[in-house]
Amino acid sequence: MRTKPKADCNGRKFVKVFTILEKHGHKPSRLVPILQAVQEEYRYLPKEVLTYVATALDISPARVYGVATFYSHFAIEPKGKHIVRLCDGTACHVKDSIPILDAIRKRLKLEGKKTTTDDMLFTVETVACLGACGLAPVVVVNDRVHGQVTPEAGVKLVEEIIAREQS
Amino acid sequence: MSATAAVKTLTIDGLEVPINGERNLLELVRKAGIDLPTFCYHSDLSVYGACRLCLVDIAGRGIQGACSTPPEPGLKIRTQTEEIREIRKISVELLLANHERECTTCGKSAACQLQDVARKLGIQKVRFKPVHEPAPVDRSSLSLVRDPNKCVLCGDCVRFCSEIQGIGAIDFAYRGHDAAVLPAFGKDLGEGECINCGQCAAVCPTGALTPRQEIEEVWKALHDPTKTVVVQVAPAVRIAIGELFGMPPGESMRGQMVAALKRLGFDRVYDTSFSADLTVIEEANEFLGRKTKGGKLPLFTSCCPGWVKFAEQYFPELLPNLSTCKSPQQMLGALCKELLPTELGIEKKDLVVVSIMPCTAKKFEAKRPEFVKDGIAEVDHVLTTQELARMIEEAGLRFTKLAPESFDMPMGFKTGAGVIFGNSGGVSEAVLRYASEKVTGKKLVNPDIQAVRGEDGLRIVEIPVGEITLKLGIVHGLKNARTLAEKVRRGKCDLDLIEVMACPGGCIGGAGQPVSRDTDIRKLRTKGLYDVDKNMELHKSQENHFVTECYQKHLGEIGGKHAHRLLHTHYHNRRRMIGEDIALGDGPAADKVQVKVCTGTNCFVKGSQHILHNLLDQVQQKELQDKVDIRASFCFENCDHGPTVSVDGSKIHWCSPEAAQSAINQKLKDK
Ligand code: SF4
Ligand code: SF4
Ligand code: FES
Ligand code: FES
Repeated sequence: MRTKPKADCNGRKFVKVFTILEKHGHKPSRLVPILQAVQEEYRYLPKEVLTYVATALDISPARVYGVATFYSHFAIEPKGKHIVRLCDGTACHVKDSIPILDAIRKRLKLEGKKTTTDDMLFTVETVACLGACGLAPVVVVNDRVHGQVTPEAGVKLVEEIIAREQS
Repeated sequence: MSATAAVKTLTIDGLEVPINGERNLLELVRKAGIDLPTFCYHSDLSVYGACRLCLVDIAGRGIQGACSTPPEPGLKIRTQTEEIREIRKISVELLLANHERECTTCGKSAACQLQDVARKLGIQKVRFKPVHEPAPVDRSSLSLVRDPNKCVLCGDCVRFCSEIQGIGAIDFAYRGHDAAVLPAFGKDLGEGECINCGQCAAVCPTGALTPRQEIEEVWKALHDPTKTVVVQVAPAVRIAIGELFGMPPGESMRGQMVAALKRLGFDRVYDTSFSADLTVIEEANEFLGRKTKGGKLPLFTSCCPGWVKFAEQYFPELLPNLSTCKSPQQMLGALCKELLPTELGIEKKDLVVVSIMPCTAKKFEAKRPEFVKDGIAEVDHVLTTQELARMIEEAGLRFTKLAPESFDMPMGFKTGAGVIFGNSGGVSEAVLRYASEKVTGKKLVNPDIQAVRGEDGLRIVEIPVGEITLKLGIVHGLKNARTLAEKVRRGKCDLDLIEVMACPGGCIGGAGQPVSRDTDIRKLRTKGLYDVDKNMELHKSQENHFVTECYQKHLGEIGGKHAHRLLHTHYHNRRRMIGEDIALGDGPAADKVQVKVCTGTNCFVKGSQHILHNLLDQVQQKELQDKVDIRASFCFENCDHGPTVSVDGSKIHWCSPEAAQSAINQKLKDK
């Protein structure tokens, strides 16, 4: 028999959007909390869902897009299953965080402006200071903080995940 | 006692200036005859206060933005200090550093405020390095070109589109270094809600938004010996084109303009006012017919293509209220393509119709599929007033020195009614001049109907006509149109006729007109058109004997079969955005019933969310995930029959959850 979690899941998520909109009384003034709640459901803000939100709140889609792109917290593109964040705050930068970033991106074949791998397994981002400067340079993989990382160690973190995914 | 004792004043550069209800110091400074540079200020729009060019030094307070400081009595203001000059220079240099400075090839060259300010400040070198990578130019729109590399982020366009047009097709996106003005989801302008009015380009201080040009195509046709090229000119063009040749706004340059067109090589020069007279007759009869036979009222005018697209997108249920009359541009185009080939002994494919319009939306209108039959368009190319002026310059003609010539007959003949079409209120007045004679059977002695004239964006007037009183709404700016249309939708509107023009002041304020920062310009152009009417022999469309003859020879009865084929059109529901469906299952498959529920604006308002919710629940309860694929869709362009649901491609109109379910069950049984 075919499994059908995905089907259930998409439908449920969308029904959740209805609930979110209702909970916020369809108020345009509550756009930011609404977007936040939608992102929690989808892990990013799909364009089509944003169009739906714009329709439901009776504001122009361009305005919703503007707000969604203003906050760096919101993601317009889908993110990978595993999120790798590199700190590029002053402390980490001084301790050479960029070569780690380059090494990981190279290992994952991320070129140009791309931050997510084609197989949707990884998203690699930089963030400004994670508040762990004592451990600089810092890499966070799925919310787990790794300190004093070298480029080689960074690549190894990623490879471990790949190995786990393939087994 | 002198009355001036009560007048409050402040001092600007040593001059004492009275305060007279001005909203901010900038207005006052400009009134005092000092032209402070600005990028982000427009008198019709809200104050943004971001460009920091309008700086003034206020004694005791320091340097402030004039546009966002209210006037107070006693203030001592200086507009030029060493410090202000330095700050201004830095601001402009920073803008220039990230601006694609290809002025020689820019559509806005010579009308660009950035160029102007840089020249005035004497900037000779840009000390800063660019921080932006070049972005692609958006040429998707039929009316406009959007070049993000020239945007200074003043936001004038954004505010116009949302505050005056009530649309919001473009908005700020991202921030800091990445900030940009974009259509929704970074899509192209041609894909979205934009109704092509071009007003964003009219207020844009730079070349970031400009009207799309068709000059090359027109030159090509003119230089092609196998083509016969005829041209029509809209009324608003003649009283504005002079501005580009040093003439005062509102001055009619009709004779020189016709002469120039003939020198450029057009074989016939016609007047769109001729077909405006036709429009008046067709539309007035449509109106009186509805009024006396109890048809759909209010009747909305349909000559503004920006408004038509707006209505198609947002008011599908009101489309039956739109006059079925084509716009004057399309009427004249249709007549040319119908009559001229025989008259001139040429093939239809060798006839090219060009129109000169004050409007960018007319470019879009000419390309509507309704107006293109078997690959032949009624109007082939649309040029703006600006583009015509450019062609005249390119041809080296000394415009103001040309000996005046006259339009070609018969389609160059018009009455004053066809001329005032270019003003807000003009269509209403023209229709009233016709309707009143038709209803009362008596001659209208004074054709001027002052009550419908005016500057306000939303005017309601009552005009007695014989026994009855007609109630009219006249609007310009689509936000105002929305206000009235909402009322009609809710059944709360007792108007008979609503005239809508998208642009401020009507066509005279179109985005194809010369760019100007003079706030009086609209008034002067409006007056210009009324003056042309005043100086004419005839003022009522029914007095146009060439129009009468046209009915006798070609069109037959007013509103009859032939007239309908050539002069009337129809409208369709139009989606706001080109977008993809939202998949709510794991995708379609050949053996699945494919269900799409419309969640476009109109269906949403009519409760499609409820249907969708219900179907999703059903699928889950009955475990039909493998048999039914449900999607949320954006507008099937069937909005007036909404909510719309499609089941395996067949549409259910006025759908309910029950209707959708039973259609799905039927399909499941069939499979
Ligand atoms: S052309 Fe008009 S509708 Fe389109 S973006 Fe500009 S102002 Fe808005
Ligand atoms: S496109 Fe023009 S009007 Fe709009 S923000 Fe950029 S410079 Fe200003
Ligand atoms: S015009 Fe005042 S800040 Fe831009
Ligand atoms: S909103 Fe257009 S068909 Fe549903």
